[in-house]
Amino acid sequence: MRSDSMSLADLQRAMGSAVMMPLTPDEEMQQTAPDGRAMAEVAASFIAPNSRLTAFERLELYNRQYWLRVLGSLAEDFMALRALLGANRFQELSVAYLTAHPSRSFSLRNLGSKLVDWLLAHPEWTGRRHALAIDLARIEWAFVEAFDNGERTPLTLDQIATLDGGSKLALQPHVQLLALGYPADDIALALHSRDKKQTSEAGVTHQDEAEAPLRLPRLRRKPTWVAAHRMDLNIYYRRMDREEYRTLLAIRDGATLAEALDAGFAESRKSEASRPARVRKWFTTWAELGWICAPDLEQLIPA
Amino acid sequence: MVLMPGNRFNAFSNHGVGIGLRIPHYQHIFSRKPVVDWFEVISENFMVDAGRPLHVLDQILEQYRVVQHGVSMYFGSATEPDPQHLRRLKQLVRRTGTPWLSDHLCWGSMDGTYTHDLLPLPYTWEAVERTAERVRMVQDFLEIPVAVENVSSYAEFTASEMTEWEFLNEVVERADCGILLDVNNIYVSSVNHEFNPMDYANAIPAERVAQIHIAGHSRYEKYILDTHDHPVIDPVWELYARAIERCGPTPTLLEWDDHIPSFDEVHNEAKKAQRYLHPSDADLSPGTPDLHKHAGTLAGAKQ
Repeated sequence: MRSDSMSLADLQRAMGSAVMMPLTPDEEMQQTAPDGRAMAEVAASFIAPNSRLTAFERLELYNRQYWLRVLGSLAEDFMALRALLGANRFQELSVAYLTAHPSRSFSLRNLGSKLVDWLLAHPEWTGRRHALAIDLARIEWAFVEAFDNGERTPLTLDQIATLDGGSKLALQPHVQLLALGYPADDIALALHSRDKKQTSEAGVTHQDEAEAPLRLPRLRRKPTWVAAHRMDLNIYYRRMDREEYRTLLAIRDGATLAEALDAGFAESRKSEASRPARVRKWFTTWAELGWICAPDLEQLIPA
Repeated sequence: MVLMPGNRFNAFSNHGVGIGLRIPHYQHIFSRKPVVDWFEVISENFMVDAGRPLHVLDQILEQYRVVQHGVSMYFGSATEPDPQHLRRLKQLVRRTGTPWLSDHLCWGSMDGTYTHDLLPLPYTWEAVERTAERVRMVQDFLEIPVAVENVSSYAEFTASEMTEWEFLNEVVERADCGILLDVNNIYVSSVNHEFNPMDYANAIPAERVAQIHIAGHSRYEKYILDTHDHPVIDPVWELYARAIERCGPTPTLLEWDDHIPSFDEVHNEAKKAQRYLHPSDADLSPGTPDLHKHAGTLAGAKQ
């Protein structure tokens, strides 16, 4: 079908599909479309050539620009994962992920939002380092969320002291809770302690600078509970014990305070006698960090 | 400060020469507080809930005038815009007090999937109607003047029924909106599509030009890529001179998005525009565009 008989929507779907089609290993546009047609024919059906470039070559410019932009953005958000897997493997993985989950947001900020779930379903991309790869992806995505998620007025310690077992609370939206198999926070914080590159309208080119390879310290398996959070505009990873993590998780998920504490100490080896002091210490810390706030009124209204 | 006459498409502003707000310059701006007439911010970089981006923006707003420029409204996309995008954009408009807002005459999303690129439109009557309708809708929703920017492009469509400047004129007339005239983009597209850029500069409705962009680009063997990583070249200054000759003094913004040099270097490059806004102050020191040469070039240009 030639473009002069295509609707605007159909033309954009045709061009969009071509632009988002994975490149060849030589970073060229593929010669054959998914439906078996030659891409030269597909391109010529809606792109006009000029005296220097064929329709295929002109479409290929957009095909390359698309992948340079999205791969660059994903690599920036998941530097530790990329360092673990190597640049080539990470790029192959990224192409597969972005083919399955192209951007559904106006912002590139959300490009990696489904990567952890996708990796869990596709262990073939991470091989024997799957568990560590998942942890790194989790903690790097938590950084993205903690960086610019919302912030609500926190409850003070005095306000918290008035609560009872039936009270429902909420966590600050920027607090991200993680249960990891490795102490992956050690790596991620060092790699992400800088501002994220901004979106621009400019065309993108390969980076000219020689890229210094990142070397990751060797990590040993160790159950680790971490909260990524923001304080004074900076991102921190705060480690905690399993009981504190489980309590916060239950609070976040809408449990009453009594239910949250029950969940926190379920299967706990901590002595009964030590628990009240632990809980007081948690709440003092949470109040200092401003983590606890009142739930949205909408959440309290039964559906 | 340069006094500008303004028009209804830039809220009768007196904005002079500004530069894009970019992360590598934050420290310089906050520590030195340089005199800059205004900053252009990429809306999408600040359409977040909280955190450092909004903190930085608020600090800038305390001392400088800001105009918003978007990269993902995709006025020409055939499918409907994301309501969440529009709501967030309006929140930011209220925060910045931007007197007008600009985005691109292009498309980039289809059926909720985003390419994050500024893809060219076929210059058809269907695209005119669809694009003008969306510009008008966005302008009504935001309740401030909207200006559409001509993009750099690397491909043309077999379906096109008019020139790019005819298409631009039809869209802005039907939408009753302003134009962000990017003279670098005119130059880039003129080389890529083999037309005389002065024909474009002479054809735009001068009374609708709300703002002008200047920028550098990268030249390859068979095409030019709009990379915003070089100084402005003389042929682009010639187009700028012609635009000022036709439009009168107009808010002008230098874009520099990659390989970003020092703040002073970017600012000095932008301030070269003042030679055209105030020809009587022309200083032909080394590095200054030769106004007399450009005036001679333009002598035969048609109004």
